[in-house]
Amino acid sequence: MRHIISVLMENEPGALSRVVGLFSQRNYNIDSLTVAPTEDQSLSRLTLTTTGDERRIEQITKHLNKLVDVVKLVDLTEGAHIERELMLIKVKATGAQRAEVTRTTEIFRGQVVDLTNSVFSIQLIGTSDKLDAFITALGESIVLEVARTGVSGISRGEKVLTL
Amino acid sequence: MDQLSGGEALIRALHDEGVDIIFGYPGGAVLHIYDAIFNQGKIEHILVRHEQAATHAADGYARGTGKPGVVLVTSGPGATNAITGIATAFMDSIPMVVISGQVESRLIGSDGFQETDMVGVSRPVVKHSFMVQNAADIPLIVKKAFHIATTGRPGPVVIDIPKDVTDPEVKFDYAYPSDIKMRSYAVPAKGHSGQIKKAVDVLMAAKRPMIYAGGGVIQGEGAELLTELTRELGFPITNTLMGLGAYPASDKQFVGMLGMHGTYEANMSMHYCDALLAIGVRFDDRVTNSDVTKFCPDATILHVDIDPASISKTVSADVPIVGSVNSVLEEMLAQVKASKQKVDEKSLKVWWDRIAQWREKDSLGVTPSEDGITIKPQEVIQAVHAITEGDAYVSSDVGQHQMFAAQYYGFDKPRRWINSGGLGTMGFGFPAAMGIQFAFPDAISVCVTGEGSFQMNLQELATCMQYQLPIKIISLNNRALGMVKQWQDMQYGGRHSHSTYAESLPDFIKLAESYGHVGIRIENKSELNAKLEEAFALKDRLVFVDVLVDPEEHVYPMAIKGGAMKDMILSKSERT
Ligand SMILES: Cc1ncc(C[n+]2csc(CCOP(=O)(O)OP(=O)(O)O)c2C)c(N)n1
Ligand SMILES: [Mg+2]
Repeated sequence: MRHIISVLMENEPGALSRVVGLFSQRNYNIDSLTVAPTEDQSLSRLTLTTTGDERRIEQITKHLNKLVDVVKLVDLTEGAHIERELMLIKVKATGAQRAEVTRTTEIFRGQVVDLTNSVFSIQLIGTSDKLDAFITALGESIVLEVARTGVSGISRGEKVLTL
Repeated sequence: MDQLSGGEALIRALHDEGVDIIFGYPGGAVLHIYDAIFNQGKIEHILVRHEQAATHAADGYARGTGKPGVVLVTSGPGATNAITGIATAFMDSIPMVVISGQVESRLIGSDGFQETDMVGVSRPVVKHSFMVQNAADIPLIVKKAFHIATTGRPGPVVIDIPKDVTDPEVKFDYAYPSDIKMRSYAVPAKGHSGQIKKAVDVLMAAKRPMIYAGGGVIQGEGAELLTELTRELGFPITNTLMGLGAYPASDKQFVGMLGMHGTYEANMSMHYCDALLAIGVRFDDRVTNSDVTKFCPDATILHVDIDPASISKTVSADVPIVGSVNSVLEEMLAQVKASKQKVDEKSLKVWWDRIAQWREKDSLGVTPSEDGITIKPQEVIQAVHAITEGDAYVSSDVGQHQMFAAQYYGFDKPRRWINSGGLGTMGFGFPAAMGIQFAFPDAISVCVTGEGSFQMNLQELATCMQYQLPIKIISLNNRALGMVKQWQDMQYGGRHSHSTYAESLPDFIKLAESYGHVGIRIENKSELNAKLEEAFALKDRLVFVDVLVDPEEHVYPMAIKGGAMKDMILSKSERT
């Protein structure tokens, strides 16, 4: 199963490499990874998605917790949560295709953020599935470039990940 | 408040941390630090002859004393030479602080002379690491490093220090923090009482109970409590290779070491038990045998460990208990004593009778050579045990000799058996014995080695001369990489690919003598005892004892690959 794990860690040099190193060292895979400082500049929040059975995920969270830089973590997929990913996508469209791209973008609630005679740059925010679906809907043949941020997430309701 | 440079601050901080000995080797990036060492008289620095030996010596010191070992090496090759020793300590959870020099800050990343990304290279084999950016950070970083290395599940910590940070011209106000709190690092508290209660209930209801104790009991200073608990319960107990001495080997409840080369009775008891109290162990593949699905099929597994990540890693625990071994044992013992339900003595008697039958196999029985001359390696360990009255510190290298030492020395006390169990590092034993001898100058420090392993760190004969270390090196010379050869005998049709070298062995007696030590060769069984006694009688000399042993000997019992723990090869002609 796919899990989204959010980690609060010390904003220190080397911290990120320890997290990433742990995954390669123990043969766990990272499907996506996003990291940035939080409102408290001394802390970074890292969110990663990974897959594995319950036992594997338990080992992953235990080993992450063991890292000295890791302050706290949560497996968001254990409860109700919101996940979002941002994608910037560049597509080539001329003639009749242009209207088609505009319409598809509207349906998916994306935004055209840049435009030339033949190229659209579109921004889309949503779950990873929605982003995948958008690419499929546009048709892979016209896609020139895709930049995705990786998944970020937060728990629903009262639950918070803070110190 | 004193004004100190980074180099001075480092040495002062080590002293304030209670360090009295460090093992090291100088070089460009640590020259400021070495100058600070020269100018003080509080910390003893031991000059080894190879950085790997510095780490093993510090490691041996730590295993023997329970205090952290401290290492100082230069950047680049000094740092990379230390890696094997760091990895060795990491695998066996040994507290160690390794200080490595680094090129000047402005050169970092420029492929400067003797630059290695030590924090990066060591990352997978350390508990944590620090790169110091300002001299003023040194006291706090040293404090944190020792705190992390010694608490929770111990392990090595690296402090990488760029040369400019130790500049003697740049001074700051030195103060050593008395206390440390890290929001991101918590030491596990006591075990959960409810879980301990559950475990005690299982133990009291058990018909075929078994205690399986490992290195965590020794590291966690739990040997005494474990012994008390085991005696209170009257259960059979086995120790892992890392746990030897956690329970006295000479006690009747001890069924011997378990695992790949464990005794028949230990492995059989494990396989057939119905309740397994596993303490300070990690269900290593050398214990469980390769297929964990066949492991202890009938047992309810109670697992006590300080590291939550160790629990249910390979074998699922029915009752997990996270906590320091010591605190858990203490509470468990109290609960056992207070428990209304008592041990099922009747079933326990039946269980012990069954174990007695397994013991009759005498799986560690030694068959003397037919010619009456050839020395069996096991006989050497037995003789060393007799001469040292079982009271020596015994370090070992890796191979057949290691297993013979583990099987035949019979350790009655914790911290006496010093061996690289997890990484299996040849070259570990001799420098580790140095660390022991520095820690306990009056004790007998024996290194049981093989002629292969010894050649991986023999340069330390010079260190032993410099510091007058009277180590007794017992080399079980089988003229081969014996353990490799044994596997080739058993699994590769006897094709000894690159495992023998009889024609190119050095004259070890002359070798020892050339370093100013004593060398004794033993070739005939009739002289074994007398010559060993002669060696041990030379109390203030290092003696290298080159014992020519039967090169055909194999280590038995031996687990059958892919089987359960009950599946063993017992001799060249018998299997279970
Ligand atoms: C550094 C290192 N290299 C290789 C090995 C693999 N290895 C394990 S035992 C062994 C043979 C050791 O020979 P020796 O020290 O003579 O001991 P013996 O088995 O003959 O008693 C080897 C090569 C190892 N454990 N460590
Ligand atoms: Mg050998």
